[in-house]
Amino acid sequence: MTAVQAGPIMAAREVHKFFGEIHCLRGVSLEVGRGEVTCLIGPSGSGKSTFLRCINRLEAHDRGQLLVAGEAVGYRACENGGWRLAKERELARQRRRVGMVFQRFNLFPHLSALDNVMEGPRQVQRVPKEQAREAAVALLARVGLQEKANARPAELSGGQQQRVAIARALALKPELMLFDEPTSALDPELVGEVLTVMSELARDGMTMIVVTHEMAFAREVADRVAFMADGQIVELGAAEQVLGDPQQERTIDFLRRVR
Amino acid sequence: MSTLELVAPHADDDGAIARSRHPWQAAIGLVLLLSAGWLVATIVDNPQLDLGAIPKYLFDPAILKGLRTTVLISLISMGIGIVLGTVVAVMRLSRIRTARTLSGVYIWIFRGTPQLVQIIFWFNLALVFPRISLGIPGIGTLWSASTNSVMTSFTAAIVALGLNEGAYMAEIVRAGILSVDRGQTEAAQAIGMTPGQTLRRIVLPQAVRVAVPPTGNELIAMFKASALVFVIAGGDLMTNAQLISSQNFQVIELLVVASIWYLVLTTITTVVQRRLELKLSPQMPRRTGRRGLPLRPLAGRWSR
Repeated sequence: MTAVQAGPIMAAREVHKFFGEIHCLRGVSLEVGRGEVTCLIGPSGSGKSTFLRCINRLEAHDRGQLLVAGEAVGYRACENGGWRLAKERELARQRRRVGMVFQRFNLFPHLSALDNVMEGPRQVQRVPKEQAREAAVALLARVGLQEKANARPAELSGGQQQRVAIARALALKPELMLFDEPTSALDPELVGEVLTVMSELARDGMTMIVVTHEMAFAREVADRVAFMADGQIVELGAAEQVLGDPQQERTIDFLRRVR
Repeated sequence: MSTLELVAPHADDDGAIARSRHPWQAAIGLVLLLSAGWLVATIVDNPQLDLGAIPKYLFDPAILKGLRTTVLISLISMGIGIVLGTVVAVMRLSRIRTARTLSGVYIWIFRGTPQLVQIIFWFNLALVFPRISLGIPGIGTLWSASTNSVMTSFTAAIVALGLNEGAYMAEIVRAGILSVDRGQTEAAQAIGMTPGQTLRRIVLPQAVRVAVPPTGNELIAMFKASALVFVIAGGDLMTNAQLISSQNFQVIELLVVASIWYLVLTTITTVVQRRLELKLSPQMPRRTGRRGLPLRPLAGRWSR
């Protein structure tokens, strides 16, 4: 694992995905370097969420190669040089280095905010209880919610829930964070607090792939922006360039409509 | 709830509005009251019924012993049913086809045949298999006993009712598991939990909330179904009540005695179930919990 530290944290080559007859991803290739923030934008149904979910194998891609930290996601190398499907246990281990934040938060409703954050370290990494608690309190403080540690998700606003969800993902010290439209389910006045937390994360050097409709956020925080349409990356470049001076017809058309 | 609030002001008014009842209501009430009185009178005056026998036998040692057995059989069978049902429910939802088929067949058989038949079947197991042995093929027998010494009426009752209950609980737990949002599993997977951890830590605790009310129902049904074991002389409340009445011919009196105890058991279960429901939904304001619709504790209070 140490040997690949220098390479890209995530590399996708010609990734295809089918849902039955529907060819959802049509050869997506993308590399994300460590510390880089990449935003995926595009119309709904363009495959950006599906691609993101393939990166930690919540969806299994059907063709192509997907590497996270140099390891093929969902597969393991065989001695004869071939590949086999990873066992659930190996897959769980692979997922630990990738944090994920969902559109609908998906906090565990039967656990307090603190327990939500502690669950991963306690169950998955077997961190001692006191140590996990200290780390979780620190993480809740980082997202500005230390005073809500004992609240259940149902007692929190959408924005607060999403910040807890971010803390929960960070608790496993991931090398890569995936955000799947993290502000789309929020009331407009709550979007800001979540984007602020995400901007701080980016500033602290976290590697992030963000599916978003927040163009202002993308322009401000992202290093690179990828525009997706019909299961392909149509345009990829620096945030300034793709958002400010798009070259492709479809990008221009999309940006004109969201503005 | 809104209807309650609409009605409330009427009740507080002291005038004619509060008493706006149907004109016939008083007449119907009077007729019902008279009928009830007549019914009580015929029972009390009936020389065929010895009402004094009811309190006399209510705390009879044999009845109390039977009550104890009834409670034991019901609770142990329910325990077996819950554990078995959870395992079978997970198998039913498994990706492994063999597990799905196996659990499907189990549910099909044990839910599809009468409890009475199952009880008699297990009690008479010795007719088919005179000896039960536990052993490893090729190495030898570890343990062996005659079936009749193992399959007492008590074990037969527990095995029969437990296996039967497992089939029903499997469907209840399965419904509970399916009620948990798919996003919960995804979130658990995303923090690197294995399928087993996801099930134990995330899915099942949430499934319990949905499973509690029907499980309370099952326990009530279980207390009553345990009376069936009197056919194999199970030594339960019903067996002992029958035993007494076969000697003194006070059949109805002893059925009333048994019924009173069954009502006590089912009432306690109802109260405990309600408490448990309230406890499992900590976000629910206590106020609505008490007076709201019976389905209230089930409503999605855990909405994200």
